Amino acid sequence: MSDAGATPVIRVRGLVNRFGTQTVHDGLDMEVRSNEIFGVVGGSGTGKSVLMRTILGLRAPDGGTVELYGNDVQQMAAADRSSLVRSYGVTFQNGALISSLTVAQNIQLPLREYYPASEQTLDELAELNLGLVGLSPGDGKKYPAQLSGGMVKRAALARALSLEPKLLFLDEPTAGLDPISAAAFDELLLYLHSQLRLTVVMITHDLDTLFQTCSRVGVIVDGRMISGTLDELLQNQNPWIREYFHGARARAAGKEAHG
Amino acid sequence: MTALTLQGEAGGWRLHLQGDWSLAALAQIEAQLAGLPGDMHGTLDCDWSQAQDPAMGTAWGLLMRLGEVGRLEIRHSGNPPHFLQLLQKLEADRRAPPAIAAAPSTVGLIGTLGRWSVLQGRHGQAVLEFFGRLVMVIREAFSRPRALRPSSLARHIYETGVTAIPIVSLIAFLISVVVAYLGAQQLSKFGADIFVVDLVTISVLREMGVLLTAIIVAGRSGSAFAAEIGVMQLNEETDALRAMGMNPIELLVLPRLIALVIALPLLTVIADAMGLAGGGLLSLLNLHIPLVQFVYRLREAVSPTTFWAGLIKAPVFAILIAMVGTYRGMQVRDSARELGRLTTVAVVQSIFLVILADALFAVLFVKIGF
Repeated sequence: MSDAGATPVIRVRGLVNRFGTQTVHDGLDMEVRSNEIFGVVGGSGTGKSVLMRTILGLRAPDGGTVELYGNDVQQMAAADRSSLVRSYGVTFQNGALISSLTVAQNIQLPLREYYPASEQTLDELAELNLGLVGLSPGDGKKYPAQLSGGMVKRAALARALSLEPKLLFLDEPTAGLDPISAAAFDELLLYLHSQLRLTVVMITHDLDTLFQTCSRVGVIVDGRMISGTLDELLQNQNPWIREYFHGARARAAGKEAHG
Repeated sequence: MTALTLQGEAGGWRLHLQGDWSLAALAQIEAQLAGLPGDMHGTLDCDWSQAQDPAMGTAWGLLMRLGEVGRLEIRHSGNPPHFLQLLQKLEADRRAPPAIAAAPSTVGLIGTLGRWSVLQGRHGQAVLEFFGRLVMVIREAFSRPRALRPSSLARHIYETGVTAIPIVSLIAFLISVVVAYLGAQQLSKFGADIFVVDLVTISVLREMGVLLTAIIVAGRSGSAFAAEIGVMQLNEETDALRAMGMNPIELLVLPRLIALVIALPLLTVIADAMGLAGGGLLSLLNLHIPLVQFVYRLREAVSPTTFWAGLIKAPVFAILIAMVGTYRGMQVRDSARELGRLTTVAVVQSIFLVILADALFAVLFVKIGF
């Protein structure tokens, strides 16, 4: 591995996750370095979301360790949950906006919890986060049910950014979006990544997103992770990876990205 | 701890930012920013060199305040945070197009009343529509028995009826013990202990058996109906059914309605039996009336109509509970909060309607001497 000197943002070692008799992860290793966009791919049922939940400390693994910035997540989850959750931002697959709150209130929710301030300041911060993801202040007054799919994803991103984390987890951020909205989201992500110096871990099946945004990609195959740059993975001989990156859809996405 | 010090005077200002500028200091920084003089102009130089961990939130607060205090030409120095440019750009965008102010609302009391009336009118219309659709589905179902969906019906009879037996039995038993006990306290003053049997049997068979059962079932199953159907609404499952050419009222409402019409009378019979058992037991233990005498007195006190006067109400209550529960479930739209609200409404309204119907039955039975 190159630049081994810096502590990785995320270091997963020998992760094992089981559901009953079914083993999802079997000695999975993963490393995410500072300031990169790391894509996680894998077939259905290979435990992408389980991996994310484990890294977030929402699920105790059956074996192995997960470290965020060199600290063990399970220990942090047990000792001081609030400092753990303040170190990352998360968006969930379907947005997971609280449906009884407006978008602005959704953004203010974690702020209110951790950094009490006046209503005016909170309103300004909501406006800031809406602006960051390209939504207008008027959108903040809407309820999640009144938003389009693309706006829900942006609103969820705004909420994830509200505590100004350095690390962002995105679960299928472009799933269910039309290609234009998805491309706009990719662009937004790249822009925020460069401006805010974020480290991003993204679960995605969208090959366009993968080719456009990710600097490295980890593929979950047989309970383990094979990671590398896209070029490295394109050379990989594993049958599933070959199928994934050399299928018709992948060729189309790759052609677009490279030339 | 001071987060900022202002130096200079009209024309050339210098603002030193120092100490903690992370989000944790938000409230403190906010208070100190509020202390900036109101009318500044000229140039202002922001020195970031001593600000620690500057966060976007606090920097944004600073930009907002500086934008308000006056016409200033602002420069940033001393290694400003990397995101400052982005914030400045956002702030510039923010100032650009003033939103078109909404016309002030001139709607007064009359307007509010009018809106309320229209809303109530629409609501009544929706209830009628639901009722109409349901009646049509029922008519259709009887000409096409497959529409009755036996497996779904069996499941709902089990869930609303069989699983409710323990709680219904327990409550009917305990309430009739309480009635018999308190009744005995009063009646023994007159040496009329034996009339406890009349008191218990008539009150249990005519009123309490069916009413308590209906209220328990409204709480258990009325809420379950509303919540189940409500979640299906939120998941667009009902839309999916419609799109596949199936009628959600036939699939979701009808089985629940029929199941409850079957289950509630049966539960009432059980509640009646448990109520009589409770009364008999208390009479035996507390008043020393042997069971044989209890049964003998019971046959004197009760005419066949007493039992039917209670039981005949059960299907009516069942229809009310099932219709309110399913109707409120079908009304759920958009959010989890609606689901909770309408589930509550379903329970409260069905209990209210059950008691109202019970009162009407009481008047009716007295008039016709039933």
